[in-house]
Amino acid sequence: MSGVVTVAYIGATILFILALGGLSHPETARRGNLYGMVGMSIALLATVLGVVTDHHLLLVLGLIVGGAIGIILARRVQMTQMPELVAILHSLVGLAAVLVGFANFMDPEVHFEGVEQTIHDIEVYLSILIGAVTFSGSVIAFGKLSGKISGAPLVIPGRHWLNLGLLIITIVVGWQFVNESANAGIGITSGLNPLIIMTAVALLFGIHMVMAIGGADMPVVVSMLNSYSGWAAAATGFMLSNNLLIVTGALVGSSGAILSYIMCRAMNRKFLAVIAGGFGTSDSASKGDSAVQGEAIAIESIEVASLLSGAKEIMIIPGYGMAVAQAQHTVCEITKVLRSKGINVRFGIHPVAGRMPGHMNVLLAEARVPYDIVFEMDEINQDFSNVDVSIIIGANDIVNPSAQEEPDSPIAGMPVLEAWKGKATVVLKRSMATGYAGVQNPLFFKENTRMLFGDARESLDAVLREL
Amino acid sequence: MKIGIPREIRHGEKRVAATPEVALEIQKLGFSIAMEAGAGDAASFEDSAFHAVGVDVLNDPVSIWSNSDIIIKVRPPEDEEIELMSSGQALICFLWPAQNRELLETLSAKGVTTLAMDSIPRISRAQKMDALSSMANIAGYRAVIEAAQHFGRFFTGQITAAGKIPPAKVLVIGAGVAGLAAIGAARAMGAIVRAFDTRPEVKEQVESMDGEFLLLDFEEDASGEGGYAKTMSEEFIKAEMALFADQAKEVDIIITTALIPGKPAPELITSEMVHSMKPGSVIVDLAAEQGGNCALTEADKVVKKEGVSIIGYTDLPSRLASQSSQLYGTNLRHLLTDMCPDKNGQLIVDMDDEVIRGATVVKNQEITWPPPAPKLSVEKKKAPEKPSVSEPTLIAKPRQSRLMPILSLSVAVLALLGVGAVAPPSFLEHFTVFVLACFIGYMVIWNVTPALHTPLMSVTNSISSIIIIGALLQVSSAESPIMWMAGLTILITSINIAGGFAVTRRMLEMFRK
Repeated sequence: MSGVVTVAYIGATILFILALGGLSHPETARRGNLYGMVGMSIALLATVLGVVTDHHLLLVLGLIVGGAIGIILARRVQMTQMPELVAILHSLVGLAAVLVGFANFMDPEVHFEGVEQTIHDIEVYLSILIGAVTFSGSVIAFGKLSGKISGAPLVIPGRHWLNLGLLIITIVVGWQFVNESANAGIGITSGLNPLIIMTAVALLFGIHMVMAIGGADMPVVVSMLNSYSGWAAAATGFMLSNNLLIVTGALVGSSGAILSYIMCRAMNRKFLAVIAGGFGTSDSASKGDSAVQGEAIAIESIEVASLLSGAKEIMIIPGYGMAVAQAQHTVCEITKVLRSKGINVRFGIHPVAGRMPGHMNVLLAEARVPYDIVFEMDEINQDFSNVDVSIIIGANDIVNPSAQEEPDSPIAGMPVLEAWKGKATVVLKRSMATGYAGVQNPLFFKENTRMLFGDARESLDAVLREL
Repeated sequence: MKIGIPREIRHGEKRVAATPEVALEIQKLGFSIAMEAGAGDAASFEDSAFHAVGVDVLNDPVSIWSNSDIIIKVRPPEDEEIELMSSGQALICFLWPAQNRELLETLSAKGVTTLAMDSIPRISRAQKMDALSSMANIAGYRAVIEAAQHFGRFFTGQITAAGKIPPAKVLVIGAGVAGLAAIGAARAMGAIVRAFDTRPEVKEQVESMDGEFLLLDFEEDASGEGGYAKTMSEEFIKAEMALFADQAKEVDIIITTALIPGKPAPELITSEMVHSMKPGSVIVDLAAEQGGNCALTEADKVVKKEGVSIIGYTDLPSRLASQSSQLYGTNLRHLLTDMCPDKNGQLIVDMDDEVIRGATVVKNQEITWPPPAPKLSVEKKKAPEKPSVSEPTLIAKPRQSRLMPILSLSVAVLALLGVGAVAPPSFLEHFTVFVLACFIGYMVIWNVTPALHTPLMSVTNSISSIIIIGALLQVSSAESPIMWMAGLTILITSINIAGGFAVTRRMLEMFRK
């Protein structure tokens, strides 16, 4: 029977790899998701039939109730709330890793000798550690993304020392745990205290880590937590000597790590700098503020409409403001009207626009904007000189020319969409407030820039009526 | 201000500085225009057409020359015309300041502010005023037409009942604007076109006109400042001449356009090469005015040597007067538009503007030619890459020592060796699987399009719930705390599995073309 289970696991592993591979292109993505589902079903079925011997009722109940909650959540969630949903789902994986780790530790049937015991203890320890950090970090990320906790970075004085202290405690407690566990022989509870202390420390660390990260860095945090949830699964796999868990965890872990790397590169920041947090805080922000002076020119929606009708090439640059105002459907309607007039409308997406990797793409897809007119920053940046009108919807830092022009700006060196190279720019914004980086944007004061103040959706609705 | 358009009195000159269309546009800038009667006749623009757009058509050239604030024309003014001018007037025309030093002095003595259309710097912004390019374009086209006139055969190859006709072979030397126009025209007529230029970067342009670029087996880049060619080394010229001697035996038509600014035209086609050409062949020398690229060229004439017609016309644009007047007039209008930013009919000679500075050769009784060297508009490929301020990676590029990667690598290797030394085989087995899986993940994820990052995350999140297997292994435990913990884990991971896959599905449904 165990042979069949192993073969089923191999099948599931291959299907998972195919699932990730399928997700790389829109054409194959749906198939990829299907592979993932099939792989998961095979793994579950094989395990349930091959390994589980008792408590079937509890198992089925858990599966059905959990599954139902999951599907309802997935149905109900607004596309603009995707980042929150993803974050809270990550926290569940972390929690699961913690629970499985504790259960495994307390299981009297699990017993090793000598080095194997030590290695197993370390595995348990790591699995719970990563799981706990993932859990608390994701919960805080959820709070920040859903607005329940302030998005501004919380910076405790000497936070790096605090982190270092927590790390040292973790190592010392881990040492203690391995010793106690090794000396205790077949005892359930010996070593439980250090384990609980470590869990508390890890939870604290997760909270502190995400609290210190500002709203604009959330895409990195979300993908980093995604990566952690994978590593948690892999560590659990080591603990249980289960290759399926190891492979899957490693796949997810490296995938999340690469995503984080891509996000960091898009902001031209080092991963460690993001994790260390405190972006856009006092010292850097003051420099940016003083650098820019000038007068922004306001415009009315009727003027925007005539500007758009007279253009041939239009670029739309959405940002988090579009998500907040739920303006994606109106944007799509405007796009349709303009395209029917023979105007070439395209979308330029910055890799870190929004609060999650690919956030803007999902919103535009929801509004049924064809994905072949949605372009990445690198694909489209050199085209701005041909663009008649750029519309910037609730974006700020990603179109900030000071990233290129002012070496001492806090966002210096970050690749940005060069909207100011177009003939005219319309910026939709609620007020003249700065973006998450806390930097004033000289783009708003350029002579060919017009500001359309107000809620993005109301403004765009007005523009649509005029069209 | 009042603009005057005199008739071109130079013998054979058929162009006029403005067409009725251009005149209308210039008046929109706030200028008024007076024109000498019959100025547009040779270019087929009737006086009545000018009159219809509000131009004063006057019979008296003297009043045009003396009463206008600005004179626009094509050719440089003749002495008797300058006599009529007075201080404070402005003159815009072709002037060739390098060759016409005396003329500059006369004009500066008169106090006439003078702009030379041929001195407009060749930078991207000034392309719309680049009259040299406009004229070169016409000259290139006309050169092919003239060649066809004197060439006794078809350009295109044909197979007819009366026998087979081979296509004409055309060699174009110098792939500037004129050369490229000639390539285009000759190709359009069906000839086989080859082209040569000392600047290797024009290869692409030649090929874009469907011409064949002749490569010289020699390394030297001739790109001089401002997009012009410079004089080449002796070895290069030798290799080049050998190539031409070879080609001369083979081709039917040679069109030469090689010019180096401020110098006599280089002699590229020797009399021996002309002798080696087939009888009936044609050479069109676009450089005839500067001495000619062919040794036997006589300016403004067609000569026949050893059965080869050598065309040395220097007025090719004028031979397409209607077209060239239109293009020249439009270039002129663009210049006036730039010099009259407020559209109030006032001409401002802004010496801080690179374009206007370049074009202005006389101002305030001073000769302001030559201007400071123009900056190259396109950065040359071979130039050492200088980091510009806008380079995004410049500022935040971390200083990384070479030691760091080596150090971290050796630490990693040592750590692995340490693990290998103490760990039992069962662990190492899992470890192998783990490392390989990391690599697979790395390879697979790297290609994901950014648009799919969110679905990717939700699907990987869902997949990482495979941790449920751990709970399934534990749920059968006899210990009830373990059982309950496993049950709880199953519950929450099921949320994750179902929720993750379902929401991914929902998102992917939306990604449609």
